[in-house]
Amino acid sequence: MENLPVIRLDHVTKIYPLAGGNVVALDNVSLTIMPGEFIAIMGPSGSGKSTLLNQIGSLDIPTSGELCIDGINIRHLTDNELTDLRRDKIGYIFQNFNLIPLLTAYENVEYPFLLRYHEHDDTGYINRLLSSVGIDRDLAVHKPSELSGGQQQRVAIARALVNNPPILLCDEPTGNLDSKTGLQIMEMLRSLNQQGRTIIMVTHDPATAAYAHKKVIITDGRIGS
Amino acid sequence: MIGDIFFSLSMRSVRLHFLRSLLAALGIVIGVVAISSMGILGTNMTLSVTASLSENANELSVSPVSGSSGGGFSPPGISSTTSSDDNEYIDRDQVRDIERVASKDTVIPIYSESRETITIGDEETKSTIYGLEPEDVVASIDITDGSYLKGTSGAIVGSELQDQYDLHIGSRIKIGDPDEGTQHVVRVVGFAAEKGMSMALNPDNAIIVDAKLFVDWYGGENEYDQVLVIVSDINTVNTVGNEIEEQLNRKEEKVRVRDSSSMLQNITSTLSTLTSFVTAIGAISLLVAATSIFNVMMMSVTERIKEIGILRSIGTKKREVLRMFLYEATILGLVGSLIGGVMSLIGGYIVCLIMLSNTSYFWMPASLMNIVNGVVVGIFICIFSGLYPAWRASNLNPIEALRSD
Repeated sequence: MENLPVIRLDHVTKIYPLAGGNVVALDNVSLTIMPGEFIAIMGPSGSGKSTLLNQIGSLDIPTSGELCIDGINIRHLTDNELTDLRRDKIGYIFQNFNLIPLLTAYENVEYPFLLRYHEHDDTGYINRLLSSVGIDRDLAVHKPSELSGGQQQRVAIARALVNNPPILLCDEPTGNLDSKTGLQIMEMLRSLNQQGRTIIMVTHDPATAAYAHKKVIITDGRIGS
Repeated sequence: MIGDIFFSLSMRSVRLHFLRSLLAALGIVIGVVAISSMGILGTNMTLSVTASLSENANELSVSPVSGSSGGGFSPPGISSTTSSDDNEYIDRDQVRDIERVASKDTVIPIYSESRETITIGDEETKSTIYGLEPEDVVASIDITDGSYLKGTSGAIVGSELQDQYDLHIGSRIKIGDPDEGTQHVVRVVGFAAEKGMSMALNPDNAIIVDAKLFVDWYGGENEYDQVLVIVSDINTVNTVGNEIEEQLNRKEEKVRVRDSSSMLQNITSTLSTLTSFVTAIGAISLLVAATSIFNVMMMSVTERIKEIGILRSIGTKKREVLRMFLYEATILGLVGSLIGGVMSLIGGYIVCLIMLSNTSYFWMPASLMNIVNGVVVGIFICIFSGLYPAWRASNLNPIEALRSD
């Protein structure tokens, strides 16, 4: 297992057909990420970082090339299969947290669990998960709008972890947080990585990128050094 | 149950936009009340006509065939009898033929004059004048007050006339148009009991006089306008009717025999046309309601694009998003339609009370079925209106949805 890549991009190209001509967002990108790696993807805006993250996150499929997530080639998956892959293999952590406003913190974390297992958790797993990211039971009953940014991001991390995915995708995870809270979140990500989870993080902040083992610089849709 | 989470998301979304959802549901309430009440009105009308006609289901009416103008049925009380044109009547021989065929039954030849001007006190009005043999009056009409015809100047008056002009025994009624010659004065000797709708004899709004008196006034002795046959065994109504037609129409079509069922058919088909028309108008309000549900659902989808993006990105399938929005439409439809159903119970009752002044058929299953139908149609329309918005929500591109703010 250890020497099989968890993510493998092989000559991935993504072209967005627009009225003014095709836009090549990813140009022949090849990248191999092994389990347990902590990768920072960096680059100026419009360079294709987000497109790359969307491909890895199975929100989109490449125009050409092969993209394997945990051994599954996503180019030949249906929308339903892609959705299941996102639910089971990938945990998302967004810049603006993206919690579901209608649900409480607890329910937000429970939601992907419900999607996967079709039943409520009665073992206290959700609560243990929440307290492991520093959200106690009193906080868990609040709606996201009643939580601070740091608390929301902790809930979002718990939500990303609930189905125990091998991959965590972080899109500017500290972008909306003050530096102290950002530091706490990064420490949390680092310890998750040390427990063996693969983390791919998009950021433009060098201090945040310093937590990664490896930096991937992307410019004009190509990977540089 | 995973259904729970989507249902509870829909529920919370409805509650979050309570006023907006309430207003949309209100449209459905109005639509359901409109179609249910109109349906109830129609059903109650049909039921009461049916009941009133079946009181006289043992009656047959034999009327002369009036040349080309056959077919049309005119509601009783307006011009129920074929006008007494000289060449259209049933003569004495034909009455005898009828009596021979219907030997076990009561045969009552009737003279009649419809829309005659009568004067009661100072007021003029129109009424039907019937001329019947005194013994036939006894056989065909019940008296609530006073007595049957005796002597030749007495008249029996229908209950509607009695109520409307506050008549009592001994009141004088002038019959005939004062501008066109003679007026005849009669004295009220009795009042006829209310009789359901009948083919031949509708005393409720009529004056019944002795046949001799009628002939004195209008002439045409032995030229009857109609013959009423009261069949003793209700099961033989059709047989007797057919036999009379066979006997009298042997050479050419001279008479037409009608029983209450043919009249019932005519009225029910008229009523159902009327009811469908009125219900169609009610349905327009439901259409408006559907538009507002559609609108609210589109707003809900547009507002929640970001949320849909989040849901999709963390593993919610298209059909689950679809279900979530259909639940929302269903909640609106259920709430609106059920409230509408309860209000229809009240509204339908009031409509029956005002339009029919009769609510005795309101609680019958056929009448209450209209509410069930209305509620089902209401719910169905809501779900239908929610289909496109829900489909749109489920087919949003997750990346673009996530990006929106």
